[in-house]
Amino acid sequence: FFFVGTFCISASIKTINRHTMDKSITLPPDEIFRNLENAKRFAIDIGGSLTKLAYYSTVQHKVAKVRSFDKATKEAASDKLYEISVQEEVTARLHFIKFENAYIETCLDFIKDHLVNTETKVIKATGGGAHKFKELIERKLGLKVDKEDEMTCLIKGCNFVLRNIPHEAFVYAKHADSEFRFQTTQPDIFPYLLVNIGSGVSIVKVESEDKFERIGGSSIGGGTFWGLGALLTKTKRFDELLQLASKGQHTSVDMLVKDIYGGSYGSLGLTGDLIASSFGKSATADKEFSKEDMAKSLLHMISNDIGQLACLYAKLHNLSRVYFGGFFIRGHPVTMHTITYSINFFTKGEVQALFLRHEGYLGAIGAFLKGAEEDNPNQYSWGENYAGSSGLMSVSPDMNPMQRARSGTFDMLEMDRLERQLVNLPLLQDPSSYIPDTMDLTEDALAREYWLYCFEEALDGVVKRAVASQPDMPEAAERAEKFRQKYRHKLQTLRHQPFAYGSLTVRSLLDTREHCLNEFNFPDPYSKIKQNENDIALKYYQKAVKSLEELSWEERQFALVRGVLAGNVFDWGAKAIWHLGLIYLFIFFSSERPWLVDSYDQWLERLRGPPHKCALFFVDNSGVDIILGVIPFVRELLSRGTEVVLASNSGPALNDVTNGELQILTERIAAMDPVIQAGLREDRLTLVQSGSSSPCLDLSRLDKVLAQVVRERQTDLVIIEGMGRAIHTNYYAMLSCESLKMAVIKNSWLADRLGGKLFSVVFKYEVPAGKPSQGSAAVTPS
Amino acid sequence: NKSKSFPWFGMDIGGTLVKLVYFEPVDITAEEEQEEVENLKSIRRYLTSNVAYGKTGVRDVHLELRNLTMCGRTGNLHFIRFPTQAMPRFIQMGHDKNFSSLHTTLCATGGGAYKFENDFRTMADLELLKLDELDCLIRGLLYVDRVGFNGHPECYYFQNPSDTQSCVKKPCTLEDPFPMLLVNIGSGVSILAVYSENNYKRVTGTSLGGGTFLGLCCLLTGCETFEEALEMASKGDSTNVDKLVKDIYGGDYERFGLQGSAVASSFGHMMSKEKRDSISKEDLARATLVTITNNIGSIARMCAVNEKIERVVFVGNFLRINTVSTKLLAYAMDFWSKGQLRALFLEHEGYFGAVGALMELLKTTEDP
Repeated sequence: FFFVGTFCISASIKTINRHTMDKSITLPPDEIFRNLENAKRFAIDIGGSLTKLAYYSTVQHKVAKVRSFDKATKEAASDKLYEISVQEEVTARLHFIKFENAYIETCLDFIKDHLVNTETKVIKATGGGAHKFKELIERKLGLKVDKEDEMTCLIKGCNFVLRNIPHEAFVYAKHADSEFRFQTTQPDIFPYLLVNIGSGVSIVKVESEDKFERIGGSSIGGGTFWGLGALLTKTKRFDELLQLASKGQHTSVDMLVKDIYGGSYGSLGLTGDLIASSFGKSATADKEFSKEDMAKSLLHMISNDIGQLACLYAKLHNLSRVYFGGFFIRGHPVTMHTITYSINFFTKGEVQALFLRHEGYLGAIGAFLKGAEEDNPNQYSWGENYAGSSGLMSVSPDMNPMQRARSGTFDMLEMDRLERQLVNLPLLQDPSSYIPDTMDLTEDALAREYWLYCFEEALDGVVKRAVASQPDMPEAAERAEKFRQKYRHKLQTLRHQPFAYGSLTVRSLLDTREHCLNEFNFPDPYSKIKQNENDIALKYYQKAVKSLEELSWEERQFALVRGVLAGNVFDWGAKAIWHLGLIYLFIFFSSERPWLVDSYDQWLERLRGPPHKCALFFVDNSGVDIILGVIPFVRELLSRGTEVVLASNSGPALNDVTNGELQILTERIAAMDPVIQAGLREDRLTLVQSGSSSPCLDLSRLDKVLAQVVRERQTDLVIIEGMGRAIHTNYYAMLSCESLKMAVIKNSWLADRLGGKLFSVVFKYEVPAGKPSQGSAAVTPS
Repeated sequence: NKSKSFPWFGMDIGGTLVKLVYFEPVDITAEEEQEEVENLKSIRRYLTSNVAYGKTGVRDVHLELRNLTMCGRTGNLHFIRFPTQAMPRFIQMGHDKNFSSLHTTLCATGGGAYKFENDFRTMADLELLKLDELDCLIRGLLYVDRVGFNGHPECYYFQNPSDTQSCVKKPCTLEDPFPMLLVNIGSGVSILAVYSENNYKRVTGTSLGGGTFLGLCCLLTGCETFEEALEMASKGDSTNVDKLVKDIYGGDYERFGLQGSAVASSFGHMMSKEKRDSISKEDLARATLVTITNNIGSIARMCAVNEKIERVVFVGNFLRINTVSTKLLAYAMDFWSKGQLRALFLEHEGYFGAVGALMELLKTTEDP
């Protein structure tokens, strides 16, 4: 029934289109208002021109689970290591949809027709237009409209996105290679200043979740630009005024310092180009001024004025984080640029103007949260679903027409409720400056080109694997095709708008692919391969351990490291791995030191010293990697008297070993190996989930339990393994304890970038400055 | 007594207006009279016997400071202004009257002292002594306040600024004037924190000043002069143009303590075509005036709080014949600071830079 419904909406939108020619719907219609059948808790924010609708739904999707066979039936059932089953899981999701007010009635009709199982009685409403549409909403939906304070909603929404969406805030730099510079999520988002530029300006100081105060404002705001602009230029629409402004020259209308001084006002450091008097040259009857020039002058006047006030308030309250929002800003490069310029000028660069990717949704999010207080949405962590979110669209007049058309129609944001609360790794040296990703593809055009190409190239293979992973399902091919279209579309979008989801990184490309796969019910395309690999590797475990034990201590340490590295080369996800022959080639090469990054000697030296108290090991792939590489390494640590915490993914990603799989694997290994068994029994070997389902690793968003374990065990060594976790991310991560990053570069482009060759080895052992490299004196912050 | 030879001028060449002060000695001895060159006499006669010069020059007779003793001489200080646009004609006149033959230095401040320096040199063979405009402003202001306005105080404030009925102008003195926040509203606005005659800093400025008011009024209403613009503004109603808090919230916005009558969005009603078609030019002029004035008030107030200064002195020609703005500023300072800040005004609004320039002339004669 869903498709029938969406057909209806696209049909009626087309009817509207006949009247307003510039509106066209370019989003696939079956993507709007998803999961309405389970929707509850509606909220709506109706602004001057856009409506934002929020609802909460539960999404049923497939997840892959692993389970040990019952011991009694094991022999009979199968020769497999464990059982894989696909189960239905229900997760919570927040949907936000933004559309033009012109569509409101059509949308309400659509919602009414599809709202099936809801017990919802009220709809939270905010925004200036809420009262205007109150009657319509109540009549159409049969829900009682409950108005919420606009500013309260705005702040609540702002807190929510700042906390839950990495790369939510950005600095706008018009002339830089990448216009958008995303900020890393701060461990503490408070205090901050929110400057909301609607028809007027409100300046709000936010000190905590519930404490905020309007400390000032100004009547010169977006309404002044629009109203005065309409009077001066006879141009009615706000967007058109901005377009006029972007083409104008303010110097013909404004009186500049040089118009008064003939040059600069040197003793005060005022340059000649500075505006001394806005509209100062228009005080004459004998001259005509162009619309463009007047609009530009007006834009400067208002932006500078707001920037100045914002700076005065920021200074008075000693705040350095200043976010700008409101319809005057909303994704308009022109106004973001003038506001940024103004803030730079008035604070001499001390304060940066910050903007928000989801600024338009704040009111709707806040109103929704007000209505959902009993569900305690703030107790959970939420994650942006890249598959279901439109991403940031530029409305810059010089952007290509495809995006401009989209920006005017339907825009979506979907957030998934994560199963666990995510927090910083307590061992980060400086959480506020930690950036997970090694390369920012938003800024690095060459790298961007390469990786986008790379992911597009790999798409066929991913589709094939997805189909192959579900041989019993005949419609898998069809779903896989939909996945292909979806992901390819994402890649195309990112090619034009690399900033759509925050900084573009290899990690975000990988995560987007996982989100898209999940969206089309391919929860774990590698499950069988992993099972198979694990099975094979387990057979060699005892032999491997035995041969290691025969080595001298020093030989063994080297063999263990090479084992981890060699194991890591077994990776079905990496493009360059075709056949086993290469592995032997690698094993041969890896014996040749020095490696590309090589601090093995320091590591060995350290091993001669006292054992570490506790090591946290972020593991990578299934099969050979975990079983023949990582576990023997862990075994040695345990033997030295070091406790080990193995952190693996909570959910599947590529062939990475998941926590569920690792539980079974360690059980099986423990049955063969008394060292591992003792470790588990004595609680010196612990398995934890990372909280992530990504092939990469963001140390600022980890399972709260992991953080707790790390603290309790006084972890003094962090080991990160594999290209995704130690090269694409965390290569430069600074930790407050010793750290070891091990990876083999399995991509020749990347190897080239880092100054090495394919299969170059990175072995990066680091001791934080000021800490003794020897001894277990290194303590963790508690 | 080797006092500086006449004529004594001080000039402030701003973005819109040139302000000229002229000291007319009234204690000229017969001997001096005889020695006085014809040229000098004619200048004196021309300036003191007229109240208007050419089409646009005006002498503000009501501001004249009589029987003033400066540098050992007694005389009257005259206040003259003309548009900066007329500057080429003024320089031409200097040439025609052979000004360069007089033994005087032309002390000039304001941006025009720099901009027109070369024109003075080449067209009239005159060398300007260029002076910093903020130095001159402060020096001139303190001087005029000290000598008073013909026996009356130079300074005034408004009593009961929050109540339009009982709001009255009250004279006062700037006794112990420091620190003060000095807000100079010319074409643009400069805001200074003044701690002593020689110790001050420019805190900030804004480009939304008198020039913006007049410029926007000209574009919106087709008026041509400041007087015309103010006249229209005095008859208009800005609430037809501005969106008030109550227009949005139906009343006060209690959550934030905003009164319903407060302006939420300047020109906010003009977003609607219907409203645009129904307002008068007078309403537009009034709204422009209120918008610019409130904005200056708001920035000045923030600066006062940031600089921890309670006395805010407003000067500049924007305030000339502009009681709408002076009262609004007085109200804004009082209301938003809950009575903490006091707005002060001076009778000679825009002339202090020129007075300061004249004082520099007299100072240079005493020094060598």
